[in-house]
Amino acid sequence: MGKTLSEKVWDDHVVRTADGEPDLLFIDLHLIHEVTSPQAFDGLRQAERTVRRPDLTLATEDHNTPTLNIDLPIADPVSRTQVETLRKNAREFGIRIHSLGDLDQGIVHIIGPQLGLTQPGLTVVCGDSHTSTHGAFGAIAFGIGTSEVEHVLATQTLPQARPKTLAVNVNGELPVGVSAKDIVLALIAKVGTGGGQGYIVEYRGSTIEALSMEGRMTICNMSIEWGAKAGMIAPDETTFAYIKGRPHAPEGTDWDAAVGYWRTLRTDPDAVFDAEVDLDASQLTPFVTWGTNPGQGVPLGAEVPDPEIFAEEADRTAATKALEYMALRPGQKMREIRVDTVFLGSCTNGRIEDLRAAAGVITGHHVADHVRMLVVPGSARVRLQAESEGLDVIFKEAGAEWRAAGCSMCLGMNPDQLAPGERAASTSNRNFEGRQGKGGRTHLVSPLVAAATAVIGTLSSPADLTGTR
Amino acid sequence: MDAFTTHTGTALPLRRSNVDTDQIIPAVYLKRVTKIGFEDGLFAAWRNDPNFVLNLPQYAGATIMIAGPDFGTGSSREHAVWALQNYGFKVVIGSRFGDIFRGNSGKSGLLIAVVDQKIIEELWDFVEENPAVPITVDLVGRQITAVGFHSECEIDDYTRWRLMEGLDDIGLTLRHVDQIAEFERTRPGYKPKTLPAKVASAS
Repeated sequence: MGKTLSEKVWDDHVVRTADGEPDLLFIDLHLIHEVTSPQAFDGLRQAERTVRRPDLTLATEDHNTPTLNIDLPIADPVSRTQVETLRKNAREFGIRIHSLGDLDQGIVHIIGPQLGLTQPGLTVVCGDSHTSTHGAFGAIAFGIGTSEVEHVLATQTLPQARPKTLAVNVNGELPVGVSAKDIVLALIAKVGTGGGQGYIVEYRGSTIEALSMEGRMTICNMSIEWGAKAGMIAPDETTFAYIKGRPHAPEGTDWDAAVGYWRTLRTDPDAVFDAEVDLDASQLTPFVTWGTNPGQGVPLGAEVPDPEIFAEEADRTAATKALEYMALRPGQKMREIRVDTVFLGSCTNGRIEDLRAAAGVITGHHVADHVRMLVVPGSARVRLQAESEGLDVIFKEAGAEWRAAGCSMCLGMNPDQLAPGERAASTSNRNFEGRQGKGGRTHLVSPLVAAATAVIGTLSSPADLTGTR
Repeated sequence: MDAFTTHTGTALPLRRSNVDTDQIIPAVYLKRVTKIGFEDGLFAAWRNDPNFVLNLPQYAGATIMIAGPDFGTGSSREHAVWALQNYGFKVVIGSRFGDIFRGNSGKSGLLIAVVDQKIIEELWDFVEENPAVPITVDLVGRQITAVGFHSECEIDDYTRWRLMEGLDDIGLTLRHVDQIAEFERTRPGYKPKTLPAKVASAS
């Protein structure tokens, strides 16, 4: 019997296997940031251990970093200490770091691919659950905790039980105005936040093959939101073209050897997945969330559901609690929900293509009077690229705020936060209670919906703006 | 890590599903660079509510949490485990857990015992009726017992062994350092390295 993509990559990284024990996997790329690493470095020092492979490790600052006045010291002393601790640890252990103000600083999951370090067939880990993003290149990429960060620093390996395999087959042509974000939000609503637990997922099918690398990263990024260990997409010409010429892309004969290997990274025709899920992309419409987990979503044209429609008691309770927190009532039209803030950015939708898509919608319009819009590029280079294309001018002329790179409002760790009761349409990945600031209310949306919502002031699609709906 | 064989303590029922790690400890509390002192952030948003279960006097001092389905989903923050431990919890019993949270718990010595959701419902009822009755979670025998209650629970063999022996994972792996070195020798040369650093020319 043939192998699936994930089985091939997994098998190529097994250092040691033994009955009754997890496989010991070699890790090709370890990304670190300031929040989940300080205690790991402390552990190394206490045990008098060192970093085994600084040459496979990369650090950046993203979670705590402000997106305004980045030339000044970080105002919050606790945040500043955490960032300075990362800098000190990087220096002490010889780890490359891209600090605030550096051209290559940015959200950890944006800069890996941007530098060409994220490549097919790798194992990639980071103390961050959205590490699944890198699976878009055909890598096995997953988030780990701080104990595991320490483990990888010390050994460049991780003991891991082999997950089961799941195929998500997405076929059909995406309708106009529907993007990768809508695919993954619709998928999570269908399978639930626990639907992927215990699986490495492979997204496949004609719709996935037609997506850009940015779109593929958006989908793989949210694999963790339905509980999957990792999400992957088989590398193809789109992948190779994206990597070629990037700073750390292989060159010359190395390129040929690498591409030769990468071409083998496809699920064999006779391979069998442990489970499969099908999604018809041609039937999708823009998708938005109404609740407090990413599975609580509906098409934009739908209404806030009645908790009573859910079969499971736990789901009914969760929906009731979510509606109370979100201050919504069953039957309310999603399109009539008025927002205070629009956040465009994050490791889900903070890449250049996302900014271009939103700019395309917002050109010639103005953000509604009662709305503030934050546009936060995922990395310093995305920001520069956008500025070279004049996107910053489009956003600023529309009345949006143009910020410096970082995680920003995706999570309430830096100054960009929602106030209690404030409602946002966000292109980020989590609508958990308080995620974007204590008491804040989040609707997850695509960049296209974010832009249209900013202009109209209620949850909207670009078609609402052009009157073509 | 201290060895863990059995734990006896009172329990607290958390009747909620999908408790993500942002709820267990909000991001704003993640800025410390130590592993201690996170108890103040545990369920921070919900603790303002005097009726929240952590604030109810009958459950004060509980060391076992009876959680709802999909506990610990979302963010990889190990701070969620530290917050539960710093507060005093030794065991979380539930029917489904987020993978990363469950892994982090095993590494930090917080025991995760898995039972069917039906057993969780029974435990919730039992604890609400008998909040002062101690419950014993036996890692060796994989059992949950109390006067008037008994259930088997699932804990995978490898995690169970490591917890019982109190083993340091990194130490275990370093016993195989020769195999790691051998693997490194055979890795293809085209695989990327972060050093020496290469960056694009300024645009």
